Amino acid sequence: MTDSLFQLTIEQAQARLSRKEISAVELTESVLNRILAVDNQVKAFLSLQPEAALEAARRADDRRAAGDTAPLLGIPLAIKDSIITKGVPTTCGSKILENFVPPYNATVIKKLGRAGAIVLGKTNTDEFTMGSSTEHSAFFTTSNPWNLNCVPGGSSGGSAAAIAAHEALGALGTDTGGSIRQPAAFCGVVGLKPTYGRVSRYGLIAHGSSLDQCGPLAKSVADAALLLQTIAGHDPRDSTTLDRPVPAYFDDLKRSHGFKGLKIGIPREYFIEGLAPPVEKAMRAAIALAESHGAAPVEISLPHTQYGIPVYYLIATAEASSNLSRYDGVRYGLRAPGDDMWQTYFETRAAGFGPEVKRRIMLGAYALSAGYYDAYYLKAQKVRTLIRRDFEAAFRQVDVIFAPTTPDVAFAKGANLDDPLKMYLSDVFTVMANLAGIPGITVPAGFSAGLPIGLQILGPALGESAILQAAHAFEQAADRHPPIPPI
Amino acid sequence: MTTYEAIIGMEVHIELQTQSKMFCACPASFFGAAPNINTCPTCLALPGALPVINRQAVAYTALTGLALNCRIHRRNVFARKNYFYPDLPKGYQISQYELPLCTDGALDITVAGAGKTVGITRVHLEEDTGKLTHVSGGSLVDLNRAGVPLMEIVSEPDIRSAAEAYAYVSQLRQIVRYLGVSSGDMEKGAMRCEVNLSLKPVDSEVWGTKVEVKNLNSFRAVRNAITWEIARQTETLNAGGQVEQVTMGWDETRGRTVVQRSKEDAHDYRYFPEPDLPPLNLDPVRIDELADSLPELPAAKAARYRATWQLSAQDAALLTEHRDRAEYFEAAVAAGADTISARAAANWMTGEIFRRLNESGIAVADIKFPPADFARLIALVETGKINRQAGKDVLAGMWQFGAQPDAIVAAKGLKQISDSGAIEKIVTQVIAENPDPAAQFRAGKEKVIGFLVGQVMRHSRGKANPKLAEAALRRKLAS
Ligand SMILES: [Zn+2]
Repeated sequence: MTDSLFQLTIEQAQARLSRKEISAVELTESVLNRILAVDNQVKAFLSLQPEAALEAARRADDRRAAGDTAPLLGIPLAIKDSIITKGVPTTCGSKILENFVPPYNATVIKKLGRAGAIVLGKTNTDEFTMGSSTEHSAFFTTSNPWNLNCVPGGSSGGSAAAIAAHEALGALGTDTGGSIRQPAAFCGVVGLKPTYGRVSRYGLIAHGSSLDQCGPLAKSVADAALLLQTIAGHDPRDSTTLDRPVPAYFDDLKRSHGFKGLKIGIPREYFIEGLAPPVEKAMRAAIALAESHGAAPVEISLPHTQYGIPVYYLIATAEASSNLSRYDGVRYGLRAPGDDMWQTYFETRAAGFGPEVKRRIMLGAYALSAGYYDAYYLKAQKVRTLIRRDFEAAFRQVDVIFAPTTPDVAFAKGANLDDPLKMYLSDVFTVMANLAGIPGITVPAGFSAGLPIGLQILGPALGESAILQAAHAFEQAADRHPPIPPI
Repeated sequence: MTTYEAIIGMEVHIELQTQSKMFCACPASFFGAAPNINTCPTCLALPGALPVINRQAVAYTALTGLALNCRIHRRNVFARKNYFYPDLPKGYQISQYELPLCTDGALDITVAGAGKTVGITRVHLEEDTGKLTHVSGGSLVDLNRAGVPLMEIVSEPDIRSAAEAYAYVSQLRQIVRYLGVSSGDMEKGAMRCEVNLSLKPVDSEVWGTKVEVKNLNSFRAVRNAITWEIARQTETLNAGGQVEQVTMGWDETRGRTVVQRSKEDAHDYRYFPEPDLPPLNLDPVRIDELADSLPELPAAKAARYRATWQLSAQDAALLTEHRDRAEYFEAAVAAGADTISARAAANWMTGEIFRRLNESGIAVADIKFPPADFARLIALVETGKINRQAGKDVLAGMWQFGAQPDAIVAAKGLKQISDSGAIEKIVTQVIAENPDPAAQFRAGKEKVIGFLVGQVMRHSRGKANPKLAEAALRRKLAS
């Protein structure tokens, strides 16, 4: 039965690979066939590397034959196109990098390679990860595997859809304001944004440097733990990484006491008007389930929650306006020649960037400009400190926080496209973790009208073990096997 | 006609001679390298690449700040200075803005013998840009220099003339060379100056409009640009005109300043703290270590030479101009402590050694003999073992082969004849062979004694002690 191998979780596949019941080549062929079968509808991938993937699978089988037991040996993964892959086109969903083939690997890609993982291809993203639906990708919009007329969320919509549609066993995404968790929730998969500094940003195409983190999207919490364990750790090439040992997240799940005695904070500011009733219902059910398994829910307050969206959009756009300056047509990427040097800059950036990217560059440059800096950027940084303190105070009281990942389920393609503000508001529950630098995970917590709902679990800085264990306990209690969307 | 006084502040950029670049592992030395060879994802600003702070560059900058009597700040924040130009790959320069490494320093300068203090506003660390070469049909970009550590030293507007500016820049260069943090070579671009200049009437405290002059890449350019600007602004004001607030460049070939940018085109650099680099906290213990490692600086050294060894101001300044020369000199004085005077050593050093160094162009480190041998040579002359001319010949041998002075003296048979019997014999012979000059001397023609001493030296092939020879001649001719 090799034709359904694509449905396996990483944990299941790893067990069968190590028992030599299946080979990495068989597994990779199965996943590649699945991609061929469904990706014309889902459109999760911007580019595929089938030959390289099969070659890597053969090498993985050789390594295993030689006694290698690397944790991800022979596991085919999808990589968001905001992550630099040596020799493999990396566009970040932008025309300005349409033909860019990087000469180096991101640290996370190096780590995956050492762990034996196989890169299938690069997944779709909103241009420069700026968006919540992949509709801002310069190339095409990915579909939600649960309803092809709906968006998969974004910006890691390609990775989330790929996991949901079983086009990869696991994936990497990047999260600046919810870009892993929101699409994972929309697509009914697990997505984790680590503590800022837990995973190296070297080789992540920068959006908001003080907010960006790379993290896993997976079919199960255990798989997410395994992936996180592989990519986490201090990197001398990224000065913002934390020099702290990486726990055995995966093994710790087996040793976990589940919900027993766990204090769960329920922030009253997250259960507000605008939260879709089915989502609120699913949240209440999740809390009740945890409580029935021994958890102690506590109502808490995160008083600066209402400032999250404006603070996030000031800081993220300010940093982005500077980060995107390097795309100037001088050294790589698109160049639209003008009559002189300045005209070449204008033409290149006018032709290379899409409207959402241009909007954010203008917003960010404005927030940093002389005379406005204090009122916008500096003020935003001060409020950010207050938001961080909200969470520090909360985590003196509780172990983890339960909250909805998104205010509603996936929306229809085109629904928010003309209203940037409405699109920005879909990040309202996820931006806080990026502003506070804390970890957050989303796990599937039911459906509404056939579309998945996500439960978000937040933890204190470096509290990945705590949120993984809580998410794992929830997954077990809900007793939900990874569902297969009807495609 | 009003008489004006110039108010001048300087910004000096100095490239640090670290092993690697400011934020990546590429070599920092780029001179003569093929274009774009010393580059990597970080200094090419490829997507996703990140900077890592070069600790050596931080230490060099702190050391310079200490030498300039600055406060060294423990908490350092790097900032992004945003602007577009093809030699700036990231579209921003990582620099320091609100919290520089060093502030509130001072440098004492000497102009025409008079002392003066120039305040140092700040010393901060940033990265250099690449180089553009304009060719027909476009420009070529070389990023070997992009990311090389660059230290910026900003002075208070305490400078009043081209001569003071010249002295300030030369003393800065001398200090960075003493510290070994930069080559200070202006012709190679390792040191670049900008001048902020305004005029004020001598009897007023109201300063005029400030003009910035950039691209001053030689001492001559600094001096000429200031002289030019003072004249230009004075003429403008006296003609009833107004000085515009502009940024100017120095046109070396035409010998004049030219407007580069008007006030309206002023950049908004949109500075903000660099999010890719956490604040750099300097350990106070490390700052203390750096302070302890600070070498004696030229001004202090020169003062010590004058106080301890009674050297002239001119000799002290000459000897301390370069650290390696001063150290060689001091080592020689120390080695010859019981046998030679510092003054004699200073004479030999500033005369013979400096001449040979300047002629050959070699470095002090490449002198073939140790300071102790140099001291021994001086001792041989001072104690009369050989005469001065022979000493110079011995030095020539030492310079060429590195041989020891005593060995050369022995091999060449240069040892001075101080044996009175031997000298007496030669003197008798010289008087006999030169009856006319001997008679002239006896008749009172004092000058002839020089000729007779010369004859004694010739007979002894230069080895006779000339003082003893003269004494013997006088004695013999008087009898
Ligand atoms: Zn480099």
